[in-house]
Amino acid sequence: MENEQDKILSEVTESEYKYGFVTDIETETFPKGLNEKIIRKISSIKKEPEFLLEFRLKAYRHWLKMKMPRWANIKLPEIDYQDMIYYAAPKQKAGPETLDGVDPELLRTFDRLGIPLDEQKRLTGVAVDAVMDSISVKTTFQETLAELGIIFCSFGEAVKEHPDLIKKYMGTVVPYTDNYFAALNSAVFSDGSFCYIPKGVRCPMELSTYFRINAANTGQFERTLVIAEEDSYLSYLEGCTAPIRDKNQLHAAIVEIIAMENAEVKYSTVQNWYPGDKEGKGGIYNFVTKRGICKGDNSKISWTQVETGSAITWKYPSCILKGNNTVGEFYSVAVTNNYQQADTGTKMIHIGENSSSVIVSKGISAGHSQNSYRGLVKVAKNAKNVRNFSQCDSLLLSDKCGAHTFPYLEVDNDTAIIEHEATTSKINEDQIFYCNQRGIDMESAIGLIVNGYAREVLNKLPMEFAVEAQKLLQISLEGSVG
Amino acid sequence: MLDIKDLKVSIDGKEILKEINLKVNTGEVHAIMGPNGSGKSTLASALVGRDIVKIVKGSITYMGENLLELSPEERARKGIFLGFQYPVEIPGVTMVNFLRTAINEQRRFKNLEPLSSADFLKLMREKQELVGLQSKLTDRSVNEGFSGGEKKKNEIFQMALLEPKLAILDETDSGLDIDALKIVANGVNKLKSKDNATIVITHYQRLLDYIIPDFVHILYKGRIVKSSGKELARELEEKGYEWLSEE
Repeated sequence: MENEQDKILSEVTESEYKYGFVTDIETETFPKGLNEKIIRKISSIKKEPEFLLEFRLKAYRHWLKMKMPRWANIKLPEIDYQDMIYYAAPKQKAGPETLDGVDPELLRTFDRLGIPLDEQKRLTGVAVDAVMDSISVKTTFQETLAELGIIFCSFGEAVKEHPDLIKKYMGTVVPYTDNYFAALNSAVFSDGSFCYIPKGVRCPMELSTYFRINAANTGQFERTLVIAEEDSYLSYLEGCTAPIRDKNQLHAAIVEIIAMENAEVKYSTVQNWYPGDKEGKGGIYNFVTKRGICKGDNSKISWTQVETGSAITWKYPSCILKGNNTVGEFYSVAVTNNYQQADTGTKMIHIGENSSSVIVSKGISAGHSQNSYRGLVKVAKNAKNVRNFSQCDSLLLSDKCGAHTFPYLEVDNDTAIIEHEATTSKINEDQIFYCNQRGIDMESAIGLIVNGYAREVLNKLPMEFAVEAQKLLQISLEGSVG
Repeated sequence: MLDIKDLKVSIDGKEILKEINLKVNTGEVHAIMGPNGSGKSTLASALVGRDIVKIVKGSITYMGENLLELSPEERARKGIFLGFQYPVEIPGVTMVNFLRTAINEQRRFKNLEPLSSADFLKLMREKQELVGLQSKLTDRSVNEGFSGGEKKKNEIFQMALLEPKLAILDETDSGLDIDALKIVANGVNKLKSKDNATIVITHYQRLLDYIIPDFVHILYKGRIVKSSGKELARELEEKGYEWLSEE
């Protein structure tokens, strides 16, 4: 039995990454390399105001003084930052305000990805900002949202139309000094999404950004800035894919969320960057800094992530719980297969009184992959009556993979109640046999069991996304069992 | 329907079943009785294709096919059902999701369209009523937090839903109080038809007060030592298993 089970579990994925196609489109690219000249060029092609160029240059100069961090539980080859392109944009007529202005080839690309940009074809209830390589291709439903005072546009557009908001909030949650990749992003970011929900408005549809890397040898550096004013509500989704390429590509993004009094922001990610092939060749390095601040009292930020892609994932969506009675949540499913590596988790920084946080992390490892949870719960000295509950579960599907848990606790106020639970389990062959005996084959059985294991997190996703995520989980593990 | 010939089976190199011969026809109910460790569950495992069981010798023919060449899920799709002695819990997988997957896999095998949600839920309600399973059970995860009795009822419910040709009930009566036992037996009796067959594996005679077998076989130390009509069960209850070793 042992042998059979081992054989079944050691056979790694045979399925092809289904988003691996390349769009053949004329692309404007900058020469390889990183220097002040390139940064000035990015800023000038985007017709940015002076303050932004200043911000970029300061970040760049700071980055030069920094060293690549090495503390994560991942094996990372040297990255040659001079051997990378920092700006690549599909050529199209200026300002794709209408669909007619968008290259049909781009529309087809997003259609193939299941993200039709034609509002008629969309399910109502989801507005999309589609980002390819360094620029935003199209943002849907802008007019509908504008009627409510909601601003939803590409970052580049926001810089032009709402420079005051950008100036006021950009870099306040993730300063460029924060870490190596945040500094890099701040220097060279090209586009991303911007979202502003005015006071008292519940955003009536899901807003989403779809990131697509297309060009080769290019890094993708986008920024997302979300501002939720008092008493507002927003549910935000993020999806990502990239073509199959042998060479690793770097994706270093920043997401900042600001929630004012009584505001609630749900931010969901389904990350499906190209993970590399079965031997671990190629794939995206996904080094992202995501952080939200619950600035006003009674505000809430909730991160939900389903991570199935990328050769290396390195990110910790975090909450700074500054206001009193604020709530931070982190729900994560991270799947690693073949030679994928993930070091992911969260930071909950409790500053406000009665602030509470929940962390639910479900790691699933198959093949030769390494999957780590790393999380910090910090309670400041004056934060009274803080509550935290953390649960970190690991499920192993092979005996060659690894699951690791690194919880950090820094508690400076003894009224805090902190709970931490962790489990590690191997997929149970009695469960698989039970499914088999009901006529369910091995692959579907694993899919069922894994989805069941991750259900607590998947349930947090918006409906439409949850179904996608379930399928994705199944596909990611396809072939990881006989 | 089922023809077991000279079956010899080992687990971890240890010989458990020595020479089993058994024929089951459609419309029949067979009871297999025997003391603990006699090989009853091993026989069930061999029939459903658990990989811990190694077939050393002999053959099993099921509906004219060599059963031993089929994978566990193929056997299930061809109508073999096992009511587990210890049904396993699958956290997070709802009964609805689990059974819908199962039933649609089986339908796919028969080239039938998958059942729509509405039809499936209707079927589920029907079968629940048949076996007396409260409706709320179906929103829960597979066997998770079920009491011993609920787990067993849940097995019979699944059997009702999947409509097997050959049902094997492995110690379905163990751990049941008399009311639960009646419900389980009642379910089995209602599902009985001239086109299917049931093998009831049990240690005690009491289940056979409610499920009347056509044949009773006594399995002892890996062999069927006695086969007879239903009266054998009662004889066994009176005398216990000890007399077997004397014969």
